Amino acid sequence: MTRNLLLRLQLWALRALRRPYYDLPLLGALLLLAACGLVTLYSASDLDRHLVLNQAARFLLGGVLMLAIARIPPQVLRNWTPFLYAASLLLLLAVAVLGQGRGANRWLNLGIMRFQPSELVKLTLPMMVAWYLHARDLPPRWGTLAAVAVLIGAPALLIAKQPDLGTALLVVASGVFAVFLAGLAWWRIGLIVGAAAGGAPLAWHFMHEYQRNRLRMFLDPESDPLGNGWHIIQSEIAVGSGGILGKGWHHGTQSRLEFLPEHTTDFVFAVFSEEWGLLGVAALLLLYLFIVGRGLMIAANARDTYSRLLAGAISMAFFVYVMVNGGMITGLLPVVGVPLPLISYGGTSAVSLLAGFGVLMSIHAHRRLLPR
Amino acid sequence: MKTFFGKSSLQIKDAHSEAARFRLRAIAGFLLIAALLTTLGARFAWLQINRHQEFSARSDQNRISVRRVAPTRGLIFDRNGVLLADNTAAFRLEVVPEQVKERDLKHMLDELAGVIALSDDDIEHFNALRRSKHAFESIPLRFKLSEDEIARFSIERWRFPGVDVVPYLTRSYPRGEEFAHLIGYVGRIDEADAEKLDAARYAGTTHIGKTGIERSYEDVLHGEPGYVLEEVNVDKRPLQEIKRVPPTPGKNLYLSVDARMQRAAIDAFEGRAGAAVALDPRNGEVLAMVCVPSFDPNLFVNGIGKVDYSTLLNAPDRPLLNRAIAGGYTPGSTVKPYVALGGLELGLRRPSDTVLSTGEFFIPGQARGYRDDKRGGHGRVDLVQAISQSVNTYFYSLALDMGIDRFSGWMSKFGFGKPTGIDLIGESSGVLPSREWKRGRMNQAFYPGETVIAGIGQGYWVITPIQLAQAVSILAARGVRHKPHLVRAIQDGLNAPATPVALPAPEPNIMRNIDNWTPVQQGMIAVVNGGGTASGLGKDFPYVIAGKTGTAERFSRTDEEWTSISTAPIERHEVLFEAFAPADDARVAVIVALEAGRSGAHDAAPIVRKVLDTWLKDDDVRTAGGPSP
Repeated sequence: MTRNLLLRLQLWALRALRRPYYDLPLLGALLLLAACGLVTLYSASDLDRHLVLNQAARFLLGGVLMLAIARIPPQVLRNWTPFLYAASLLLLLAVAVLGQGRGANRWLNLGIMRFQPSELVKLTLPMMVAWYLHARDLPPRWGTLAAVAVLIGAPALLIAKQPDLGTALLVVASGVFAVFLAGLAWWRIGLIVGAAAGGAPLAWHFMHEYQRNRLRMFLDPESDPLGNGWHIIQSEIAVGSGGILGKGWHHGTQSRLEFLPEHTTDFVFAVFSEEWGLLGVAALLLLYLFIVGRGLMIAANARDTYSRLLAGAISMAFFVYVMVNGGMITGLLPVVGVPLPLISYGGTSAVSLLAGFGVLMSIHAHRRLLPR
Repeated sequence: MKTFFGKSSLQIKDAHSEAARFRLRAIAGFLLIAALLTTLGARFAWLQINRHQEFSARSDQNRISVRRVAPTRGLIFDRNGVLLADNTAAFRLEVVPEQVKERDLKHMLDELAGVIALSDDDIEHFNALRRSKHAFESIPLRFKLSEDEIARFSIERWRFPGVDVVPYLTRSYPRGEEFAHLIGYVGRIDEADAEKLDAARYAGTTHIGKTGIERSYEDVLHGEPGYVLEEVNVDKRPLQEIKRVPPTPGKNLYLSVDARMQRAAIDAFEGRAGAAVALDPRNGEVLAMVCVPSFDPNLFVNGIGKVDYSTLLNAPDRPLLNRAIAGGYTPGSTVKPYVALGGLELGLRRPSDTVLSTGEFFIPGQARGYRDDKRGGHGRVDLVQAISQSVNTYFYSLALDMGIDRFSGWMSKFGFGKPTGIDLIGESSGVLPSREWKRGRMNQAFYPGETVIAGIGQGYWVITPIQLAQAVSILAARGVRHKPHLVRAIQDGLNAPATPVALPAPEPNIMRNIDNWTPVQQGMIAVVNGGGTASGLGKDFPYVIAGKTGTAERFSRTDEEWTSISTAPIERHEVLFEAFAPADDARVAVIVALEAGRSGAHDAAPIVRKVLDTWLKDDDVRTAGGPSP
């Protein structure tokens, strides 16, 4: 079984080298990141081989998906976009009605596997926005913006209701980035940001109590050191005690002794920071920046508006993961359940991320083949 | 114009300018992202460089826990090295709740009770402890398992995972009742104790001195705890040991008490309620200190059952009361030698001055008579006779001549009316009749009649046995007070030399004219050897004994009829005897107080003699150079 998989991998690798379907720098960076993730997880889980193998299997699944999507021409994706978007909206509605999961209704049980429709939306939403914008006059005006707002808002609200603020945030971000890249006038951006700031108290009103608590704790974590502030404090201790060089792999006491909550998922970055220090963090952040930059480069070289906007939105949304997660574990941002891409343990986000990169690669691979 | 789903009909888009605009936006986006990631990196740098030390320390604080290790309590010996308080190995049953089968504690306890008897107290205490501990911590369930119980449990052990027999050290008092009041006992630290204690020093300690020496010398006996630094996880479960510092055991105490004298005194009491104290007048060392009845202090060490405790607490003869330092007695005639000495010292009497005892004494101008013990009186008596025959009239008139202020002023020099300051907690002050005391207590003036009866140790007088022992010691030492004390030497480990406890500087003599002492001494010698109230007591004793009897009425007389002692019911009197020997160069002073008896001479004096006999056996050891009989 494993041998079979390895052989297939080899085959893909050979093909990729022969024909530049896949963007090698991006692929290399992703592989590096995934390897880094597995090594970190092995330590964070206190040498739980089973957990690491699980995650590796997901990477494999995501990788296959990525390479498969890379072979689909962007045109085909574009044609399917409205239907994919509609389907994902329906699934979100299904979750709202039938969903199951601990604390939050995010999951849909498909018999053999559980499935999180919100992960799908992370991809279909920027596709939909790009699809919608590519046919409009750009830069977008208020009318277009309103339509886009509806396209973004509907799934975002459904996801936020689950409640999954982190994913809602990522979904909104990917849509917003598409609009930004479409060249939305700076003065309009200014107006929207101003209005959003004014509307913040309204958002507070609609938040769940636990979400409010997270915000309160973010503002003053030491006020409740054993309650909600615990996560932030322990995470900062882990990061700070790592110093410049770190404590060394599997020498991070904060995670090994279980002071860090969620140390294989949302707070895995704190484990990484504790063990690899500021040097490791800087390297990791540079790797992320490289991936985002490479994605934007692919976007810039894409041949049509849809591909450009989609590739750009996916790349920039990828950064949001890093920023929100990194901000959270260092106490810079409130605790929001956003994983560190390709490092945090968890299948669906890894798969959906890699699927997104599959779209990027498709756009890259088909850049010259597209008709003018 | 435009439809929502579908392509724009007017697609006249400038692809080049759009691509160019996108490039600009992509660059702007990248710069924005780079800036934000730099901010994030700066945050990391701030935490990992600027605040690294602080967080490093907090990380260590998280992972390292300090577990205190209780020190071994110091031992207590008598002056000859007889062990009075020991730490003995015992076995107890401990339970680790998380290891109990299916975590069903209740079921396990029910089954366990079929193998080893568990009282409600045990289970209650276990449950209370369990609530304050982690599931992986071992919690004691039953203390002091018998060998039989250990054997029975060993056979059934396989049925009880998480339950184990664990050795521990427990306090034990091999002499039991003999030293219950003196040594006291340790008990489990309760909430009231915990509030007062230094939490760090007592973190691993389960027991603390509750009464007696165990309490007074808690600080010395306890020792200093050691600690183990352990790496713990977030549940405080220890994972590995980092450093271990062993505890410093408590210091051993050597008391001045002689266990043989103690034993002899208790035997001599033959179960009658009372107290005895023997002091060395030369230095204030307590040689024996006895309370009857007593109790078994071992019952208290691991928590006395409620039933046992209420039995002890409510017993009519009050076995828990430390009579020697907190029992109140009417001194009666035992105060007469001090009053007599006061008469000489204050210049109110010469030794040769006589008083006519007619059987009744009257305050001039008052009709009420104050009786002598002997019908018709003793005739004309001087100081020596007044003491030896215990002639009340002599002391009525002397007290009246002194007046209450001079009387109480003089008597307080013997330590009456205030604690002696012995190294035990719980001492009573007693009552020395005085104008101030009466005003403070009853807000009344002091009447001459009260002064008169104060002269024979009656009325408001209350003394504790230790006070009387101190007074007779001061007298025996010709006016020099040595504060009574129990601890003679302190030893830091069994192999170290015992360091004598420094004695306080000797106090100034209470007498102005040392010659005044001899007539009083002669009187007390005559009590024992000169046909006095306790004649015959000194028979076959190698030293001359000086003493004084006391027979105090326990109940106030309601009728005016004169009653002879010999026909009085035994219960009517508190009887006392005080003595010191050798009379010229006292090395021991003994007092005995009995709560019921016929007379001091009849009941208390023989006990004193038995204590003296035991004392004699070891006198040459105590006195370097040896005595000359």
